[in-house]
Amino acid sequence: MKVELSIKRFDPDQDEASHTEVYGVEIEPTDRVLDALNQVKWYQDGTLTYRRSCAHGICGSDAMRINGLNRLACKTLIKELGSKISIEPLLGFTVIKDLMVDFDHFFDLYKSVKPYLINYDPTPAKERLQSPEQREAFDDTTKCILCAACTTSCPPFWSDPNFVGPAALVNAHRFIFDSRDQGGAERLEILNGREGVWRCRTVFNCTQACPRDIKITKAIEQIKRLVLFNRV
Amino acid sequence: MYHKSDVVVVGAGGAGLMAALELAGKADVAVLSKVYPTRSHTGTAQGGVCAALGNMEEDHWEWHSFDTVKGGDYLCDQDAVDVLCQTAIDNIYHLEHLGLPFNRTPDGLIAQRFFGGHTKDYGKAPVHRACYAADRTGHMILQTLYQNCIRQNVRFYDEYHLLDLIINDGVCQGVVALELRTGEIHTFHAPAVLFATGGYGRVYKITSNALTYTGDGVAIAIRHGVPIEDPEFFQFHPTGIYKMGILVTEGARGEGGVLRNRTGERFMERYAPTLLDLAPRDMISRDIYLEVREGRGIDGKDYVHLDLTQLDPAVVHEKLPDITDFVETYLGIDPTKQMIPVQPTAHYAMGGIPTDVDGRVVVDEKNTPLPGFYAAGECACVSVHGANRLGTNSLLDITVFGQRSARHILRFLKEGQHLPLPPEADGPARAEVSRVLSSTGEEKVAVLRAELQQCMDDNAGVMRDAEKLRTARSKLVELRERFTHIGIQDRGLTYNTDLTEALETGNLLDIAETIVLGALNREESRGGHYREDFPKRDDAHFLKHTLIKRVDGKLSLGYKPVVITRFQPKERTY
Ligand SMILES: Cc1cc2nc3c(=O)[nH]c(=O)nc-3n(C[C@H](O)[C@H](O)[C@H](O)COP(=O)(O)OP(=O)(O)OC[C@H]3O[C@@H](n4cnc5c(N)ncnc54)[C@H](O)[C@@H]3O)c2cc1C
Ligand code: FES
Repeated sequence: MKVELSIKRFDPDQDEASHTEVYGVEIEPTDRVLDALNQVKWYQDGTLTYRRSCAHGICGSDAMRINGLNRLACKTLIKELGSKISIEPLLGFTVIKDLMVDFDHFFDLYKSVKPYLINYDPTPAKERLQSPEQREAFDDTTKCILCAACTTSCPPFWSDPNFVGPAALVNAHRFIFDSRDQGGAERLEILNGREGVWRCRTVFNCTQACPRDIKITKAIEQIKRLVLFNRV
Repeated sequence: MYHKSDVVVVGAGGAGLMAALELAGKADVAVLSKVYPTRSHTGTAQGGVCAALGNMEEDHWEWHSFDTVKGGDYLCDQDAVDVLCQTAIDNIYHLEHLGLPFNRTPDGLIAQRFFGGHTKDYGKAPVHRACYAADRTGHMILQTLYQNCIRQNVRFYDEYHLLDLIINDGVCQGVVALELRTGEIHTFHAPAVLFATGGYGRVYKITSNALTYTGDGVAIAIRHGVPIEDPEFFQFHPTGIYKMGILVTEGARGEGGVLRNRTGERFMERYAPTLLDLAPRDMISRDIYLEVREGRGIDGKDYVHLDLTQLDPAVVHEKLPDITDFVETYLGIDPTKQMIPVQPTAHYAMGGIPTDVDGRVVVDEKNTPLPGFYAAGECACVSVHGANRLGTNSLLDITVFGQRSARHILRFLKEGQHLPLPPEADGPARAEVSRVLSSTGEEKVAVLRAELQQCMDDNAGVMRDAEKLRTARSKLVELRERFTHIGIQDRGLTYNTDLTEALETGNLLDIAETIVLGALNREESRGGHYREDFPKRDDAHFLKHTLIKRVDGKLSLGYKPVVITRFQPKERTY
């Protein structure tokens, strides 16, 4: 089918401001938006710039605004969108070039919640034990691929870029609810701070945006309850 | 810009991060990666990582060694395989201690599942050996290692694209890289360099590999006269989603899925009566090819069905959630109700930069090391996978040999020193970048790359013969000539992916030539390399590793003996 792609472009070496360029491509309805972008880049305009790697929704490279919603270009099929498709970079991060945004701040927010297992006990000879139920308690939040679709769809984050944002909260949850972890108190102190969990106003945009179907708002609610009542 | 450190690790996938973590706090390390570390290809690995923990039934690392050697059709170096399988056990515990969320048994131990080619008691029956985190084991390994690197304050140079290796007087001294964001060319001066740059599946069209899997490290090593070992051995995984190549993990068959042809027959019963759908990948890929050729593909086309409909839907959702999601997203089908159309997909490079068990790059048949140069992971060839890798052994390989490389580097640094860099160490890289940046020829990189991939699929894929391989060889000569007339459109400095795609395509061409030469020369069938004109394994002539070098622009062919200790080559049946 014939599809018209309107892509927001910006080249820092040449442009003062961004502008939209329109490209026509011939493509199958079951192809990915990423395939359409590749067609443009490979056969029409080599200057078009975006990140991509795995092409099947696992590496988190190609979150962008597609027809107004944050999605992965490689996990969105043309047939879901119709023949007119608009593509813009994620909102809330600095645009470096075309669809490439600056991820440094995002990774700094991620790092600020201590996203690693903290355990002060001596290391055992074999594995630490964990029951399937204990493992299940944080299963959902281990799925995060750090694509930033959630954080850049979050209105509180748009107005306060220092808010740690949903992605960092998801990763904090992943450790706080891991029975092997002993860093919960340290993390909750950070999350109870000014830029922590209370900035979340339960808008649910993050949950809708997540390409991994993580129940983000639920995870954030669990953190809030833990801070308030010390229970889930 | 000039940077100085003790070690430069190029690549932040499983192998690079494992090494960085081991080096953290003990040496000054810089880690370069062309994608953000968490975007590395290790993250796509699904099924599992093997170790004979014996958590669910009796198991021994010796059995694991035997399976690995037999799976590799006896081309593995058996001393290295023993290191792999023995270290595996402590390595899995180490990953668990670092936080890796493995699935658990009811007793709280690490759960294990079946995987292709892994057996008990030297081939008697399948064994539960693959440790897994649902079907996102690689994702969890990558996340866990990256998180621990953050904790240890490892210094990352994210989105730096490796351009060149600095070798002076036979000693490795650092690397040259392009900072993608600014277009600036950086020199990293260090007495030890570890390449952990991953594989090169993008030489093929139908592949499970990422768009960034272009063999940059391997190609750069080749350009410096370092050989590539066993490039003709490339693994085709039997279950790629039809036309897309996206992988459906062998874990799906480990949980009970079966393959069926157009008549609904479970055809593996005819080819591998003992292991059935869990026979090694090279065999199943060929069997699918034969089914298709004999008209038993679905609707007479070039694919078969993977049937998960007889599994308990709860098992599918709990243990295979990601592949359920892929199948729903890309095919619009529910795998618990409908069968999945699959075909073989180019998956894994058994060949690569030759190393010893300490990750040292060795440059000839006598295993002479190139001082300061190390390689680990899919870009390296130790060789623990021989002619065909068993599922779950790569995630193991990257952690075991990533760690061992780092440990050897620490010993090496005690003697090694910062020799002064030769003048204009970055000269060749700068020249190459400006040549491509100012190129105005009429050939399009994407067109050449597509022709290359099609040619490799058609002529150097699952089934090969002399005629096909000669066709490929002449096509590659043509493509190389045309590649000198490319023209790119982006002349800017910021994130010039037009430039990097051209460089990557050049790397793919370099590697494809070695695959075809190795395949043409190896007149036998072994593991992932199948010659219809020489359908038998020929130990008398070919029980040896291929080494291909580029000398003065021409490829030259050599060999290296295989290390055989306990397991004498036998016929490989399952
Ligand atoms: C879909 C899929 C499923 C798999 N499932 C399994 C499984 O279940 N079990 C198993 O054992 N194996 C599996 N494998 C194989 C295994 O995942 C890989 O072989 C392994 O992860 C490779 O790890 P690595 O560290 O060598 O490379 P990677 O993780 O790919 O990392 C390569 C790194 O090198 C960097 N790099 C590359 N080129 C450059 C350059 N020019 N400049 C700078 N940096 C560069 C990249 O940025 C990246 O950080 C699977 C593979 C695929 C494709
Ligand atoms: S390219 Fe990896 S998530 Fe889309």
